Amino acid sequence: MVISAAQLGFRELNEKIKSTSEDACINDCYGQRFIACGASDKTITINGTPGNALGAYLDGALVQVNGNAQDAVGDTMNGGKIVIHGNVGDALGYSMRGGEIYVKGDAGYRTGIHMKQYKEIKPVIVIGGSVGSFLGEYLAGGIIIVLGLGAEDIPMGHFTGTGMHGGRIYIRTNAEVDSLLAENLLVTQVIAEEATPEELTEIESYISEFAALFGMGEAKLANDRFLLLRPNTNNPYKQLYTKI
Amino acid sequence: MPIPSASPEYTGEDDLMLKEGQIRITSGCAVSGIISKSGKRMSGEDIIKSIAVMHDRSNGLGGGFAAYGIYPQYSDYYAFHVFYDSPSAKKECEDFIERHFDIINLSKIPTRKIKEVTDEPLIWRYFVTPLPTKLAASQLDEREFTAKCVFRVNTSITGAYVFSSGKNMGVFKAVGFPEDVGRFYRLEEYYGWCFTAHGRYPTNTPGWWGGAHPFALLDYSVVHNGEISSYDANRRTIEMFGYKCTLRTDTEVITYIIDYLHRKQGLTFDEIAAVIAAPFWKTIEGMPQKSRETHEYLRIMFAEQLITGPFSILVGFDGGLMALNDRLKLRSMVVGEKDDMVYIASEEAAIRIIEPQLEKIWAPKGGQPVIIRVEGGNQQ
Repeated sequence: MVISAAQLGFRELNEKIKSTSEDACINDCYGQRFIACGASDKTITINGTPGNALGAYLDGALVQVNGNAQDAVGDTMNGGKIVIHGNVGDALGYSMRGGEIYVKGDAGYRTGIHMKQYKEIKPVIVIGGSVGSFLGEYLAGGIIIVLGLGAEDIPMGHFTGTGMHGGRIYIRTNAEVDSLLAENLLVTQVIAEEATPEELTEIESYISEFAALFGMGEAKLANDRFLLLRPNTNNPYKQLYTKI
Repeated sequence: MPIPSASPEYTGEDDLMLKEGQIRITSGCAVSGIISKSGKRMSGEDIIKSIAVMHDRSNGLGGGFAAYGIYPQYSDYYAFHVFYDSPSAKKECEDFIERHFDIINLSKIPTRKIKEVTDEPLIWRYFVTPLPTKLAASQLDEREFTAKCVFRVNTSITGAYVFSSGKNMGVFKAVGFPEDVGRFYRLEEYYGWCFTAHGRYPTNTPGWWGGAHPFALLDYSVVHNGEISSYDANRRTIEMFGYKCTLRTDTEVITYIIDYLHRKQGLTFDEIAAVIAAPFWKTIEGMPQKSRETHEYLRIMFAEQLITGPFSILVGFDGGLMALNDRLKLRSMVVGEKDDMVYIASEEAAIRIIEPQLEKIWAPKGGQPVIIRVEGGNQQ
């Protein structure tokens, strides 16, 4: 079903999507919120700029955006896949607890904030470009991968992993951990080390998927250096905001 | 004035007659701005279209616009836009204005009757210039004299409120959704080189015409999405410098801080950003010596003007526009560019609707000001 969103409010648009079991293609999208909210069983393609909380509570559906997306994509997402052929705003994968999100370009502040995992259910976010500050803030579980493709600088902002107490963050960069700490890009509650080849096997399939989705050769990343960030249980999080 | 029933938090019957400034209600917002770097004038139509996309960010309790370059025929005169509750308030205010200013022109601000905007006060506009004798006697410069007169009206004449007082610019605001407020004021009939807009979701106050954004003093105007947590520290400080915060809204304080730092202290807009969204001490420690010293100086000298808590603001001024996020970036803001036009909004969709073919679109970092100057404008 093809839907022109031009004159539709977010409620009407979402009702149209829910009214059919067919796949949906949305054109002329300008900022309608909650698209594909809770969707479990279809493919939803968006041409334009979807509004905040795209794919909130997503539960199995595939959402693709030809363009940029705004804030809080995949908020509390439970399962399924979101593919953004562009950039995304802040708080991507906010409280996400399952499924996969692939972003071709950059992501804003607080990517993966408070993501969590349960047993074998493990959410995954892959960012092709760079991310803003507070990546993986309060991260409780899941995997975040930042590829830094096309990035002129270190592909991360300040205070990465603040409050992190679970999960793993992989960042493709040649930067030294000491300088990242000195510049406040990393915080001391996080252990950052070069990922071993064994550890990298954990993310191989996601990088292959990223390469397949966005038409990029995966071979060229295979030998690159990734930093692996994990929580430091000996130095738990204490009040960032009141200290600085 | 009757409180619009749309306010979901509004349950206190005893408060029904209370206005902005008399009550605090705890409960986001939308901002948008368009500016032509070459000073090309455009109608207010696009800014309405842009802010309308973000309808769901506001709740109908306030919408408004600031428009720069709209009164070229009166560009040497202060344009006062005034709300009156009653003809007697109007009489008292006009008497005051006449005692202090030469009134070159006065008229009702043209509006359109629409069902979405109701209970309007009397809305008048005056083009004025200070009386030379009064100005000389006051020993103040012209802008300070004018600002003081605005405060005098707003604090001492019950039922009169000057909500716009700059030259060659004007604020248009009301209770309602912003797109309706734009139609109410016939904004499409005004031509300016910069427009800002606001859709309001009042967080601490009930929503009154005067409390809608933009807030303005002289040519400075502020639209704001957020809720600052330093309100009272900022208010206490700014009141020591002669500003009167009458409305208990955080945006009013931000406006006065900008006026104080720019007009009175002579700071540049980059410096102002470094004061109100100061980098963390930890970040300053890592800076090269010269910028470290500058930032240390600004943080120490103007510690009380640091604004904390979430904000994204657009500051209009004579000569340009500044966009700024709080240093932790707790609110969204994107900037789009095409030819000589710059677009700034809370959401990308609000820019795409008026310019689908952008050359560049990006999100400024927390505390990183985006300052756009207009050719031939004030470069201070």
